[in-house]
Parts: sequence; structure tokens; C-alpha cells
Amino acid sequence: MRPTTIVERAFDIATRRLDGPLMVVIVLLAAISLTSVYSASGGDSFDRTFGQLRNFAVAFIAMWIVANMSPQTLMRLAIPVYIVGLTLLIGVALFGEIRNGARRWLNFGFGTIQPSEIMKLGMPLILAWYFHKKEEGLNWRDYLLAGFILMLPTWLVMRQPDLGTSILVFSAGFFVIFLAGLSWRILIAAGIAGLAFMPVAWNLLHDYQRERILTLLDPMKDPLGAGYHIIQSTIAIGSGGVLGKGWLSGSQAQLDFIPERSTDFILAVFGEEFGLVGTLLLLCLYLIVIGRGFMIAMNASTTFSRLLAGALTMSFFTYAFVNIGMVSGILPVVGVPLPLMSYGGTAILSLCIGFGMLMSISTHKQLVSS
Amino acid sequence: MVGTTIKNHEAEFNVFRSRIIFASLAIVIAFSLLAMRLIYLQVVKRDQYYTMAEANRISVLPVVPNRGVVYDRNGEVLAANYSAFTLEVMPSKVKNLDQVLDELAQIIEIQPRDRRRFKRLLEESKNFESLPIRNRLTEEEVARFAVNRYRFPGFDIRARLFRSYPYGEVASHAVGYIGRINDAEVKKLEASGLSSKYKGTDHIGKLGIEGSYEAELHGMTGSEQVEIDAGGRAIRSLAKTEPVAGNNLRLTLDIKLQQVVEEAFGEFRGALVALDPSNGEVLALVSKPGFDPNLFVDGIDPVNWDLLNNSEDKPLNNRALRGQYPPGSTIKPFMALAALENGKRTPEYSIVDPGHWMLPGLARPYRDWKKGGHGVVNMHKSIVVSCDTYYYGLGNDLGIDRINAFMTPFGFGSKNGIDIDGELTGLMPSQEWKQKRFKQKWYAGDTIPVAIGQGYWLSTPLQLATATAILANGGTQVTPHLLKEVINSKTNEKRRYKPPPQSELSFKPEHLNLVRQAMVDVMLPGGTAAAAGAGAGYAIAGKTGTAQVIAIKQGEKYDARKIDERHRDHALFIGFAPADKPKIALALLVENGGGGGGTASPIAREIFDYYLLGKRPDVAKRKPRDYDLGPSH
Repeated sequence: MRPTTIVERAFDIATRRLDGPLMVVIVLLAAISLTSVYSASGGDSFDRTFGQLRNFAVAFIAMWIVANMSPQTLMRLAIPVYIVGLTLLIGVALFGEIRNGARRWLNFGFGTIQPSEIMKLGMPLILAWYFHKKEEGLNWRDYLLAGFILMLPTWLVMRQPDLGTSILVFSAGFFVIFLAGLSWRILIAAGIAGLAFMPVAWNLLHDYQRERILTLLDPMKDPLGAGYHIIQSTIAIGSGGVLGKGWLSGSQAQLDFIPERSTDFILAVFGEEFGLVGTLLLLCLYLIVIGRGFMIAMNASTTFSRLLAGALTMSFFTYAFVNIGMVSGILPVVGVPLPLMSYGGTAILSLCIGFGMLMSISTHKQLVSS
Repeated sequence: MVGTTIKNHEAEFNVFRSRIIFASLAIVIAFSLLAMRLIYLQVVKRDQYYTMAEANRISVLPVVPNRGVVYDRNGEVLAANYSAFTLEVMPSKVKNLDQVLDELAQIIEIQPRDRRRFKRLLEESKNFESLPIRNRLTEEEVARFAVNRYRFPGFDIRARLFRSYPYGEVASHAVGYIGRINDAEVKKLEASGLSSKYKGTDHIGKLGIEGSYEAELHGMTGSEQVEIDAGGRAIRSLAKTEPVAGNNLRLTLDIKLQQVVEEAFGEFRGALVALDPSNGEVLALVSKPGFDPNLFVDGIDPVNWDLLNNSEDKPLNNRALRGQYPPGSTIKPFMALAALENGKRTPEYSIVDPGHWMLPGLARPYRDWKKGGHGVVNMHKSIVVSCDTYYYGLGNDLGIDRINAFMTPFGFGSKNGIDIDGELTGLMPSQEWKQKRFKQKWYAGDTIPVAIGQGYWLSTPLQLATATAILANGGTQVTPHLLKEVINSKTNEKRRYKPPPQSELSFKPEHLNLVRQAMVDVMLPGGTAAAAGAGAGYAIAGKTGTAQVIAIKQGEKYDARKIDERHRDHALFIGFAPADKPKIALALLVENGGGGGGTASPIAREIFDYYLLGKRPDVAKRKPRDYDLGPSH
């Protein structure tokens, strides 16, 4: 059935490439994010809320554009995106700007960018492309090369130093390799090797990173220093109880006890004001996103689409898990924002571009098969 | 071929499907873990965390102790505290600060100077500090702000203790000042583990006594547990630990004497240090021009700062401790004593002074300040008339290393250990020093100017005063100090200043007497400071001096009239009185004051008269002190 009126045609163009279930959940999450950001800015200023609204608007436009590209186009973009990302990372290492003791930003005169964000998408793209090309008979050499493609940017991000982002970049690529079918034997062997490497890695960590892991084990050790974040955010979440203290009524949130309350620690604000009901609802929404992502991956028609969709979905899970784990006090504070919730343009933009890819895979498949 | 590809595809998809199923399981388990953690926090531990969140409303505030008061030796207050209202703002809580300040200015007077100072504070401070905009609000202003407070979120009125220096510029270099704690000081406090002691304190001693006795003056910070409302304001006090006020200090300084000195200097730049020769107590420590320490207390505004910092007169430089000048002829009594003690001269040894002196074998003449010379000169006369020629030969016979060894115990070339910061060492040259500094050997010709206090020799006014005190007391090394005693603020217990161990320099009494008698005759008719000594009614021992600022070329005559004022010679004077039983020893320098007899010695006389006789200088009778244009030594 072809659309007839102009309005219908416009609506069709606007929504043809969007995935209904994903879209509904993303918009719901955006709405929750806006209410929480408003509350986190003290409930008397719209500056941040409008900023976040703008972040979502920009990200949705980018998502729509990417969703309208075919998976073949995405595949063609894999190498350029990876190369650009890698070049910029090397640029950061050489000429990067130092802020808060870390070299993460590149200044281009018109603005600064954080190239590690590009790698969060560039990594699954390149590896999905790589395994797509090597469809026939993978041997250990192919995996070794894949490992190299994975480790080079991870290492560059880790030495910036940015432990949180390097974990995300690494896991995005690792998920592709995992889904491509790397044998369990190698996975387990690598796991054991990784454990054995731990003491060496400990020595390679920066002092402040070690400090964070140590205070995670015993936050009360330094209640006014490094443990402050964890203690205050668990108090906030815990004191919310089952039903929460009500929107704009969390004393922890409103009295400024929660650090980074509109960015990394926004879950503490949300959990205090909306209680267990709110936090479990959030987990459910995330689970729906993940479930839908896996469905798209299972129905995808090419190896590239399948691996990309699967890895993007698992990355999304990782963001959510690491952030909630960190804010609720079971993982170290590594500076990963809560997906689609935390204030911040870059993270929302790269997430939505990822969703655009999922939607592209989801909506272009029918054309191929029909 | 086609078949196997399809089969591979199928096999590959099967692997993918099993991996997705595995991942789904892992994700469900991980989310269950998170859910369990959230249930644990929000259901099981809810009550405990709820109580903790409530307790977060109880805040422990530091209670700042009163800073100790500084008195002079007679109990005059030099630095004290007073309480006043200030208008403060947390800049992080105000969006359009400039505009809000404009609105505020309609209620409370805010001068451009206040704004400039505030801007400067803003640049230096961190985000969450409360910064003062206006100090010393009147009761009326406080009331007017209270009515309008709702219009100015982030602004608040606070009662604070302020430091004030009632004597203003007088003794500013000695007393010093306090100022807002800066980043470097925060780091220093952290490093020495004093951060908690300074919680709530935002001022710290920066200079002078305020700086060096910071540990005594600050006191112990107390604490108060208060309940805060949703706005973070304290509603009621729950418990309180009282702070302990800082200790009070009694200085050795005599502020009235200090005032007399500073008045005597008038518009001249320069420095003076007066000591009690028996124990090294500093009676007056002057560096002119001075500055008003009250300007610094709440952050100096940029205009005043530029005025002070960029002034050619360098009012912030403590010349008494940090001015390094050639001591000139004031060191002749010490050189004479050195020659006597080393057996290089006898009192009777005389020369016939032709007005110049030449190193054996060299044709270059070293000139006396008096053309034609002083005739027959023995040691006594060499001091009274300040004969250069006599000392050229004497210095050559002693040699630089003997001079260095004799002068060092007097405090030349090293810090004298006064109890405020900033002292410089001056320079007492030696062969070893020149080798190290210039990689050159010491020439005999280098010693000749040193013998009359020129050449490489540099000393501070403090060093000259210390050396004069040692000469006055007969050889007891003294440590100059400003603190007389620390008075415990609680118990009133007094703790006297403990000087470091002192040693005696032993000189033959007849040598000392000769030098001292010559110094007394300097102040009598025939001596270089006869005018200043006239009609004193008690015996003064003194020595004038002149320090060249620019070198005079061979054969050229010094003519003050032709020389730019700042290139004119510095006038110096050292002395003590009464000569037989000295109660005060001093050294002073008048920058570009010309000859020592003309400008420096009358100032010294006014000080002796005031300190010994209680006689205030008769300003009306004071001669208009023009620059002494002749080269008097």
C-alpha cells in the first residue's frame, strides 16, 4: 500500500526506517532523563534541562540519518571511521589537551573533541566488517589480527588515562569477537591469562585509579575524600526506599550531597526520589532495549549486520551495568555515564548513532528478503 | 560449493544463536544482581540509610579562634581584632553577578574600589568559597539588606573578626600583615598537616611578625554541630567545642620611638635598625617608605596594589633586612679594631696623608675624599676625620682573608637570625668567594676599596646595627629579635624570647677604648658629625659613612648638583649612646641622602634624644634638610 497524501508520505519518510519498539522505549527514557536532570539542577533552573533536551534533539536527528543508511553503507564506513578514530587517538597522545590531569581532548580551534568516543562505534564497525569479509573458515591468525585491531585503540585510550572508556572500547570489540564464535577454549585460556596478568596491570594503573578500587573495597576509609562519592550515592539510593521521597524532594539530591548529580551519579537522584519502583522500572526499560536489540541481531541477514547489532546491544548493556554497579557501590567509580539518562551531549549522541545502526539493520532487512 | 556455503552459513548462524543465548543469560543474571543490590539498599537497608540521610542534615562547622593581639614593649596595641558585618557572596550560586551587583549597589554602597578588589578575589578563589564584597557595613545597611535579602540569593551578611593595625604605616615592615590564604599556602598547610586547624580560617599571616609567629597567633579552631535546614542554613546549635584564642605577643619594639624615627626620615627613603646592645632587642625597625598594612587584610584592590608594587620607591621592600648597600666609612672603626687585634697597626702609628694612596708598584692612585689629604693621621684621627688614605694602607697590610675572618663574627655576610622572614645575607668578600663567583683570583687591588666599605662588600642596615651593638657591648654577640614574650591567652602565662646561645668575642680593652673614644670624638668639634652631636648633654659614639651609588671616573669630581637624584650617594650613620653605658645602638641609611654627616647623623641625634631624654624633636627648629652637597664622610 503506497502512501497517498503529502502528510502520509511525509510521515512515512520520517518513520519508515525507525524501529517502533526501540523508539518507544528510547523516548520514555529521554523523558525520565529530563525530569531527573531538572531535579538534579536543584529544581529551580531550566538551563540543564533545556540543554539535555537539545542533546536529545541533536542525537535523534543523527539517529534518523544513520537509520536511513543501508547496512551496506555502514559497512563501507567501517574502515574510514576506524582510521579517523585511530588517527585522532594518536593525535591526542601527541598533541592532546590536558584537563584534570588526563590527556583526552583534541582542540581543533572551533571546539574540542574526545576521539575515544568515536572508537566506541568504530571498534564494533571494523571488527564486524572484518569477520564479515573472513566469512569462510576462521583460523587463529584471523583472531590474532582481530585482537591487534582491538588492543591498539584500547591501549591508546587506557594511557590517556581513561580507564572507563578503555573498558567500553575494549568490550565493544570483544563482543564482536565473542559473537563471531571464538572458541570457548581460547576464551577461557585468555580469561585465565588475564587473571594472571592482574598483578602486572595493578602496577600499570595510575595512583588515582588504584585509590578508586581500594576505596570501593572500603569506602569508610576516607569518608570526606575518595569514598565520599560512593557513600553519598548509596545513602541517597537506600534512603529512597520502595516508593521514593518524591520528585524534587530528595534531601541528598537537593542539598547537594551527591557529587556529579546530573551526570555520572544521576541514578542516585532518580533512586532517591522514585525509590525501588523507579530503579526497577529503569532496569526493565534497559532490558527491553537489550531484548529488542538481540531480536534485531537474530533476524539480521548478513554476518556484518548480525555481529554489529549484537555487539552494539551488548555494549549498551555494559554501559548500564557499569554505571548502576558503580553508583550502587558494587563496582569501582570509573566515570561511565548512565545510558540515555546522564546529562551530556557526546554520550547520548554516540548511543543514538548506535541505535540508528540497529534501526537501519532492522528496517533494511525486509527489503532484502522480500 | 553452493551447498557447503549454505551449510557454513547455517553452522555460523547456529554458533551466533548460541552465543546470543549465552549473552542473554549472562545479562539477565547481571541485571538480577543489580536488582538484588537495589532491593538490598532500598528495602533491607532502607531505614539505616534513611537515618543517615537525615543525619546529613547535621553539619559540623568550624569555629574560628580569635587571633592573638600584638603589643609593643610598652603595651601599645599594634595589631588587634574587631568585629564587623560583611556582605558576602557565593559566586557559584549567582548567575549574572555584574547585574546583581548593580542592583545591590542601589541598597548598599558599593564603590568601584570594592568591585575591583572583589574581581581580584574572584580570580584567585575557588568555586565554593564565600567572598566578601563590602566590609564594615553600618547597622542601617545591615537592616536594609535584611529586608531585601529574598532578592539576592547567594548573598549573606556575616559577622566577622577583622584585623586592624591602628598605627597604619608605622612599623608596617616589622609587624607585617595578614591576608587571605592563597593556593600555595593551602598546599603548605596540607603538607604540614595543619589543614584541619585552619578549617574556617580564611586569613593567614603573610609578612613580618604576623607571618613568622603565625603558629602562636592563630590559636586552636573549635567546632560546632548545627542542624541545617533544607537551604543549608544553620537553625540551631547542638553541641559546641570552644576555640582557643591565639596567644598574644609583646614585642621589643617601642612604637613611640618608631614613630619618632619615621617622622625624622620625612620624605627620605631609607632604613634604620635600633637595638638594645645588651640583648639584641629591636627597639625600632624602619624601612621607608612604608605601606598601610590595613590595605592587605581583605585582599588589596588592584589599583593600590599597582601603586605599591610598581612604585619606583619600592615601599614593599623591607630595606632594613633586604637592602644590600656598601657600608662605606661606617666600617672604619671595625677595620681599625681588626688592625689593632691582628697587630698590623699600633695606636701611635701615623701616616702623612697626601690625599691619595698607591699600591706598591702600581701607578693608579686611590683617592681620599678630601683633596690634598688630612695631614698627619694616626688611628684616632683616622676615625674622627674619616681618612680614606689611612685605611687603604691598613687594608692592604691586613689582606682580604684577615678582614673576612674578623668581620664575619660581627654578622657581616650572613643572616643575623632576626625573627621575621626575608633577611638577606649581604656580601663579605673573600678569596674563596671570588674564585667561586667569578672564577678569578683575588687581586691586592680588590682589597683596597673593601678597606673603606666599598668594592665587593655589601651589608644590610640590620647587619650594621648588629655589628654596632657588638661594638657597644664590648664583644657579646647578640641576635636581633622583635619578640619580647608570648602571653598565653588563657592562663596569661608569659614565655620570654629565648635567644640562641651567644658567644663572646674577646678584644683587648685598650683597643676597644681607643676605637670607642674616637667614635665619641666624631660627634665633637673636629669630627665629621660635630653638628649633629652639638649640645647633647651625654656622650654619643658615632661614625658617618657615604656609599657611592655610581662610580666616579678617574679624575672626575663628584658634584651632587649635576647628578640625577637617584644616583646621589647614600648617607649612613652608626652609633650608640650613652657612650660609656650604651642603652641604644643603631645603624641607619638615607638613600641618595648625600654625605652621612649631613643627612643621616641628625636623624640619629633626634632618636637618641627621644630615647634617652624623652625629648620630642622640635620640628620648628629642624633645619630644612637639603641634600648635603659636599662629600662629607
